[in-house]
Amino acid sequence: MFLSERRRGQLAALSIAAVVIIVGVPLWWRTTETYRAWLPVSQIKELAKLQLQLSADVEVVFARGTVTPEQQKKVPLTQTQEEERAIDGDLIILFLILLIRNTKLESKFFSCHVLFLPEDTALRYSTQADLYLLAFQDVNVYIGQRRTALLRIGPQMRVGKTLEQLLAHLEPRIKQVLQVMSFSHNDITAALSDRVRFSPDNKESIADSMRAFKSSPGYEITFSLLNPDPKSHRLHWDIEGAVQTYIQPLLTKLSPVANFSIDSQTLYYTMLGVNPRFDTSRSAYTLNADSLAHVINPVEARLGSNAASSNPVLNFLLYVPDAQHSPLYIQGRKKQEVPSNAFHSPRWGGIMVYNVNGFYGSEPEFPVDINIDMAKVMGVFLAQLRLLLGVQSSTPPPGFLVARCGSTGLADWELDRLMWSRSVENVATATTTITSLAQLLDQIGNIVINDNIAQQVSSAVTSLQLAVAELEAGNLGFALQYSKEAILASEKAFFDPSLLHLLYFPDDQKFAIYIPLFLPMCVPILLSLLKIVSEARQRRREKQAKKD
Amino acid sequence: FTLSIYLSIYLSIYLSIYLSVCLSDSAGQFFSSGHTNNWAVLVCTSRFWFNYRHVANTLSVYRSVKRLGIPDSHIVLMLADDMACNHRNPKPATVFSHKNMELNVYGDDVEVDYRGYEVTVENFLRVLTGRLPPSTPRSKRLLSDDRSNILIYLTGHGGNGFLKFQDSEEISNVELADAFEQMWQKRRYNELLFIIDTCQGASMYERFYSPNLMALASSQVGEDSLSHQPDLAIGVHLMDRYTFYLLEFLEDIHPASKANMNDLFKVCPKSQCVSTPGHRTDLFLRDPGSVLITDFFGSVRKVEITTEAIDLTDPIKEVEERPANGDVHKEMHSYVDQLPVSEIIHQKPKQKDWHPPDGFILGLWTLILLVFFQTYGVKHLRHIF
Repeated sequence: MFLSERRRGQLAALSIAAVVIIVGVPLWWRTTETYRAWLPVSQIKELAKLQLQLSADVEVVFARGTVTPEQQKKVPLTQTQEEERAIDGDLIILFLILLIRNTKLESKFFSCHVLFLPEDTALRYSTQADLYLLAFQDVNVYIGQRRTALLRIGPQMRVGKTLEQLLAHLEPRIKQVLQVMSFSHNDITAALSDRVRFSPDNKESIADSMRAFKSSPGYEITFSLLNPDPKSHRLHWDIEGAVQTYIQPLLTKLSPVANFSIDSQTLYYTMLGVNPRFDTSRSAYTLNADSLAHVINPVEARLGSNAASSNPVLNFLLYVPDAQHSPLYIQGRKKQEVPSNAFHSPRWGGIMVYNVNGFYGSEPEFPVDINIDMAKVMGVFLAQLRLLLGVQSSTPPPGFLVARCGSTGLADWELDRLMWSRSVENVATATTTITSLAQLLDQIGNIVINDNIAQQVSSAVTSLQLAVAELEAGNLGFALQYSKEAILASEKAFFDPSLLHLLYFPDDQKFAIYIPLFLPMCVPILLSLLKIVSEARQRRREKQAKKD
Repeated sequence: FTLSIYLSIYLSIYLSIYLSVCLSDSAGQFFSSGHTNNWAVLVCTSRFWFNYRHVANTLSVYRSVKRLGIPDSHIVLMLADDMACNHRNPKPATVFSHKNMELNVYGDDVEVDYRGYEVTVENFLRVLTGRLPPSTPRSKRLLSDDRSNILIYLTGHGGNGFLKFQDSEEISNVELADAFEQMWQKRRYNELLFIIDTCQGASMYERFYSPNLMALASSQVGEDSLSHQPDLAIGVHLMDRYTFYLLEFLEDIHPASKANMNDLFKVCPKSQCVSTPGHRTDLFLRDPGSVLITDFFGSVRKVEITTEAIDLTDPIKEVEERPANGDVHKEMHSYVDQLPVSEIIHQKPKQKDWHPPDGFILGLWTLILLVFFQTYGVKHLRHIF
């Protein structure tokens, strides 16, 4: 069939337009869209409105003479008590539920064992069971090195009281013990400081939260010996043995919380940046507290760091003053003596001044050979390490006596306490990271989401859900492990280098790119279509005119 | 019998309530600023010899910040060009900030982290947001935490809403604001001071919306920042006015100084600077009068006396001697092959993503088609046009 010229032209224009619209536009759209792998956005939103349940199991044992057998039989299997507390007055609510169960000893992990003793107890010292003399009258609670707490039952609980009164007396005391040994409202709020800047009642909590390092998968510890005067002192320190004997047990005990790597160095001719003043009353040189702040910076410039990772570094410096400025003592703010002769800086490390003029002997021949007493030095460093890692808790309430931590430097319940706050902190941080990442990717439609990022996000979400479940069940070890995995995956996803491409692509630049490409092509097509339409309309008018 | 205690916590991400901690100055001086460490990111974005003054600007701020205590490990210094070793520098290995060569700000121990062509918008944003490849060394990273005060100083050529990097690309104020927001989301800073010395610098901080940001600029929108003084021996302008007076102000600050931000706002009034410096403090929680200069420019550490020590009584264990009979298998360490030549030679070309043809090729084909129709199909064309 032979079409007229005009008809062929119209068909050509129409077919070009059809090809452009049906084939061209979808092809252009598909080839220029950014690859965005699927993210579990709904699960992330659910995690953000998370309901965390922390469950700490406590075993309560009554010693003979505290309760009557009749009362003991009547204690119920379970009892709950709820308590709501709002952090910041708005959206964070704390529930406390107490459950009393009467069962035989199960082989499950108890956060704390509470032993109630009669009022007039004076226990004998027994090495196996960590019992000490509870002879002081104003001490009602003794917290041991492992997870035991001994409570002296009050005088009110004589025979004849009803069960409700017994329970009403017990519960607040057990709650108080648990707040010291496991977690309290303040601790959890401090662990959530990532999301909420809180204003607590006392400055001590702020100081605590600022001092300790944030939760990190690993830490680097560096011990440095500063010898500004090698001509006078030849110092020997058995750092390897000391670390192995004193520090390593603590770090091994803390291994579920983080990895640690230790190194040491000796620096010569490094002075403190501050001139000490000679105090005639003590015939020694003193550094007062205000000048201590300026000691660290000049020294830090000289401390190398061989850290190949981005983990936080803890520096512990042992400074031996030069012969002209020996002995050197540190004074507190109110000019008081400091027995440890050491100070520390939050989130940085500690410095100890070790005076060696006592080792000179009668007729010293310089350089003097000095063996440093590592036990004393490591005692101070261990105490500083505990503070900087957040192990040291605030002062216990009145009437509490806390046992000294053993040779490892860490009591079991202190480790539990650290694990609780770290788990909560990790879960909170990972949730914040994942949620803000999801928000960011949602807002900026141009970012390419690779498969590996989607996989990291999914694994972070899974780990978070598992961590929350374990916290609910009270399995502290697993909860911490899952929370660490969640943090690692979420940080990897958030800080992936590929998320920076096409971060900001303004619309006017898009127009500027596409118009020179497509406008010359579209103009003839549009014009020909318009021509076809106008011709068709004209024909219809002619037909109408013919009819009439 | 046993007791179990359950604790439940409701968390919500949409909560963003920041209660500032108000402490009395005398006793609470210790923690009144809320930061424990300081970082500085100093960027010079222009290259070429005639932009000597931008490098001198950045180096003089670097010098002040180091003098006041921030160590090199906490400073990220980005210089887009090397003026000290430039062929046109009559005094090699020096960068002067005062005429008659009074003050050499290059010094002996300058540590430049990003140099030359490494100073790009992408690298700058990567440093800020932390999205660096895993092989990046520590000195090139901004490892700040939620208790870090960061000082960010930018200088170069700028315009209304953008800053030029390396004469080939720009960073816009929206990108910068988004980068700061991402830093806030990840709590990478406690407080941030942003100083910019470019033309129309105030436009760069217009779009900020994250909390705890304070910004200073050398000129308002529509004004140019002018340079200070040329040195006839070197042949270029040595400093910009705003940074020159800023350096003069900082030379009077020592680590124990109590000067506050209000003094910094007064630096370089219009009579000296010709442009009007601007500042922005509405996003900052604390009152600027209570913010010390050393909170950002220096690094005054907080210090606490250690009151307790642990009593250690065990004797030191002997570290096990390694067997001397040579049976122990020593780990062989070797350097990574820096240039794996064999791999490079035999490498297959990388699979590149397919892109639609560029405008030039499309234009060329359009031309070809038009010529074709011109010669062979004039009749058909008439129906289209």
